[in-house]
Amino acid sequence: MRIGALDRKILRDAWHIRGQIVACALVVAGGINSFVSLSSVNRTLAASQAAFYEEYRFADVFAGAVRAPDSVAASLAAIPGVATLETRVAVRVNLDVPGLAEPARGRILSISRDPAGGLNALHLRRGRLPAPESQDEVVVAEAFSVANSLGPGDTFRGVIHGKYKALRIVGVAISPEFIYALGPGQLVPDNRRYGVLWMDRKGLAKAHDMEGAFNDVSARVGPGASIRSVLKEMDRILAPYGGVGAYDREDQLSHRFLSDEIAQNRTMSRITPTIFLLVGAFLLYTILTRLVQMQRSQVGLLKAFGYTGGEISLHYLKLALVISLFGAGIGVATGLPLAYSMLSLYSEYYYFPMYGNDQGFNVASAGVALAVAAATLGAVPAAMRAARLAPADTMRPEPPPRFHAGVLERWGLRRALSPARRMLVRNLARRPLRFAASVAGIAIAVALLVMMTAVTDGVYYLMQWQFTIVQHDDVQVLLNEPRTTSALDEIRALPGVLEVEPFRLASARVHAGHRMKRGVLFGLDAAPTLRRVVGVDGRAWEIPLDGVVLTTIVAGTLHVGAGDTVEVEIMEGKRTTTPLLVMGVVDEPIGFATYVSRQTANRILGEGDVITGAYLRVDSRERERIFAQLKAMPEVAGANLREAAYAQFRAMIDRSVGIMITMNLIFAWIIACGLVYNGARIALSERGYELATLRVLGFTQRESASLLLGEQAVITGSGLPLGIVLGIGLTLYFIWMLSTQMWRMPYVMTGLNLVGAMVAVALAAVASGGAVAWRLRRLDLVGALKARE
Amino acid sequence: MVAAAVFRMRNVSKVYHVGDLEVVALRDVSLELYAGEFVVLLGPSGSGKSTLLNLLGGLDTPTTGEVDYLDHDLSASGDEKLTAFRREHVGFVFQFYNLIPSLTAAENVALVTDIAEKPMDPREALALVELTDRADHFPAQLSGGEQQRVAIARAVAKRPDVLLCDEPTGALDVETGRLVLQVLERVNKELGTITAVITHNASIAAMGDRVLRMSSGRIIDIKANEKRLPASELVW
Repeated sequence: MRIGALDRKILRDAWHIRGQIVACALVVAGGINSFVSLSSVNRTLAASQAAFYEEYRFADVFAGAVRAPDSVAASLAAIPGVATLETRVAVRVNLDVPGLAEPARGRILSISRDPAGGLNALHLRRGRLPAPESQDEVVVAEAFSVANSLGPGDTFRGVIHGKYKALRIVGVAISPEFIYALGPGQLVPDNRRYGVLWMDRKGLAKAHDMEGAFNDVSARVGPGASIRSVLKEMDRILAPYGGVGAYDREDQLSHRFLSDEIAQNRTMSRITPTIFLLVGAFLLYTILTRLVQMQRSQVGLLKAFGYTGGEISLHYLKLALVISLFGAGIGVATGLPLAYSMLSLYSEYYYFPMYGNDQGFNVASAGVALAVAAATLGAVPAAMRAARLAPADTMRPEPPPRFHAGVLERWGLRRALSPARRMLVRNLARRPLRFAASVAGIAIAVALLVMMTAVTDGVYYLMQWQFTIVQHDDVQVLLNEPRTTSALDEIRALPGVLEVEPFRLASARVHAGHRMKRGVLFGLDAAPTLRRVVGVDGRAWEIPLDGVVLTTIVAGTLHVGAGDTVEVEIMEGKRTTTPLLVMGVVDEPIGFATYVSRQTANRILGEGDVITGAYLRVDSRERERIFAQLKAMPEVAGANLREAAYAQFRAMIDRSVGIMITMNLIFAWIIACGLVYNGARIALSERGYELATLRVLGFTQRESASLLLGEQAVITGSGLPLGIVLGIGLTLYFIWMLSTQMWRMPYVMTGLNLVGAMVAVALAAVASGGAVAWRLRRLDLVGALKARE
Repeated sequence: MVAAAVFRMRNVSKVYHVGDLEVVALRDVSLELYAGEFVVLLGPSGSGKSTLLNLLGGLDTPTTGEVDYLDHDLSASGDEKLTAFRREHVGFVFQFYNLIPSLTAAENVALVTDIAEKPMDPREALALVELTDRADHFPAQLSGGEQQRVAIARAVAKRPDVLLCDEPTGALDVETGRLVLQVLERVNKELGTITAVITHNASIAAMGDRVLRMSSGRIIDIKANEKRLPASELVW
């Protein structure tokens, strides 16, 4: 292929301004990198979720009961709108995991024997399904299998229905129901201490005394069916059998977490690339506008030779194309591996088959198209300007640019400024849009960092709040069923147990008018010390003898506050509904708890003085022994260790936060460096002549550098505080976006965050400005005397 | 000329490297400039006039030989010393004026007076070139001749010891050029500033105390004018 002379020119032009091209291409690369990585992660997650749900028939509706005879299944299946319905036996189990001192918990579900595969079907990763009627063969969830290094052939013990039972693993599986498996009371998955298991229905029913009955229901609804009315019907039918409330996917934990994650990811995959590509388009606009200005006479010459305006426009658009393809190439080349490592991080917490690896090509193509579109957006004004230049005009030297004293100067600033400062002010004022866009760019770089560090601090604060302010226990013991307080006598008597604080948990719905929120009723001692009720604002609440304390999330959903009355509907036992006065709203970022005193809990549950668990403080030297003894108690359904959960949480946060901070720091630096370097280079190009003149007139290198970089300093200086404001806004937006029905990120903004973000961006600006100032050393003083450019 | 030499060049040569080429711009030039004199440098393009002026103005250093300004050895000075030298002692007037477009006429002058030790008031300098009424105009609002006069005001405002002018009338028409030369003449007379003017224009030679002709990097002729012709009487 022959490269035409005009194309050769553009390649050489590109080489001549390579520093600026690289700066601009890196910004484009940042945009495409974030687009490619986030979009392909997003598409893969969404496609995998949809495919897994479809192929393994994830249910739309879920319900539980204490015990319902099999005959009820027919009436449930007959509910209008229900397409497929399946009953199961679900059992909470205490697991004795080899190598784990404390008891682990699990949930055993019966496996559907439906020839068509049934709902919430298992995807076997290894081994096989349990043999029909087998009473000891289990399939374990892959998450649990990996965390405990257990696989087919291994055995461990579980306590089912108060009896020890040896369980033999025959298979390892994943299920659409437990992509994200969160045990009761857990904030992040602890797959070592919580596992989902599956057994043959008959074997499980026998072990759990559930023969001819079921306690768990899943259903898929037909197209166009009203889920709301199906839920209502199910509740009605199951109520006599101890129904604990039907719910749809929105309240299904695994689905909720995964869907929230995908939604957040999708938002990010739109915001970040947009910011970058706009900055990239702006840089390209300034670069090309300057190039066209410098090449006025060349454009005139080309026109004189007979090139058309269109050909000349195309000539400059090609340069934009080269830059955008260069940037897109880097973006795709770094974005795809990044997507891969993000997905592998996801796969440690979300267990499902990752489909859609074929997304790479589509996403990469879309990325390239986006880069080209952004480049065109930035390049068109300059290309048009080149096309419009009249040949005769271009042959004459450009008249000096027009300046005038701005408003500020007329107000008297003039006298306060030296001529050098006035040059700076007027140069900025002459191109207000360029100035505004540059300031906005710097502000965005700062804002990205502010937002990132604030969100990170928020997560850490959340973690510390939960594990050091709210919780002061060592172990949370959960009983397998509500028991009288005397059940704690045995635990209290264990050597090394220092303090025991009982609690009563019951699943409940809180109503206010037509609004409803599912959650738990949390009955605590009046002034609990091991598990306090404290807001993120640091305010600790005493539990009133009567009435409830709601969390901000519950109160917000119900639109109620202190002084209002809510109806608390208990979803187990006698299923009572009691109106209670809201005594206060605790600013708790996690959860769905509705706090009452144990007395109130006992009163509305009507079961006497019963509890479902207790918080313990133990002597650290006796820990292991206490765990072993707890493990041996059949009434203990499980134990959550504060320290272990804390460590788990921290490990998860540390890893993802590390990646996010590094990426955002790189992103912010790319933006700041790109803007400042490019701005200073263009200033140098536009005013090299001026600066050389000043040097000839006796200005020192430092003085002329300060004139050159003064504008960038003003831009950066204005961008930094604006970035703080923007960053705070972005943080609030991000928190709002990240907040779900389950938790809300606390807003944490420290001076260190703000100063750190400004310093990081300022350093990038100083480094880029310095790189340009270095060029002043090579300024051709002699040339300045001679040629008018 | 009875006054003492202010500038002294001895056996100065200047060699530039342009790519692989070696260009000898000055060959073994020796020259003295005296206080208060008006010197015109004539010669075709490439004869070395500008190089000579650059060496005198501290914009460049010779490859061999010495350039002294009073007791300063310019040939052995680094960038810092040369900058200070230009700042304190030299006024430049360029062919294309080199005004800062974002500053008004008065501000362009102030730019220099701000860093000079005993400068004139910028308005006073503008009065010298008869541009008091244009002080607040930006370069884009001034004609070529006016711009050059502002440039001269800027050059003389610091009360330099030497005024170096490279083709100051090169971009101007005859009328305007003559006006600019009158200003230079006046500055030279009233302030006693050594003035060196580079030009292609042989007619200007008549207004100098001495005329140096250059060719191929050498001074081929130095002629002292018996009588200086007033700039107003120059014809070309």
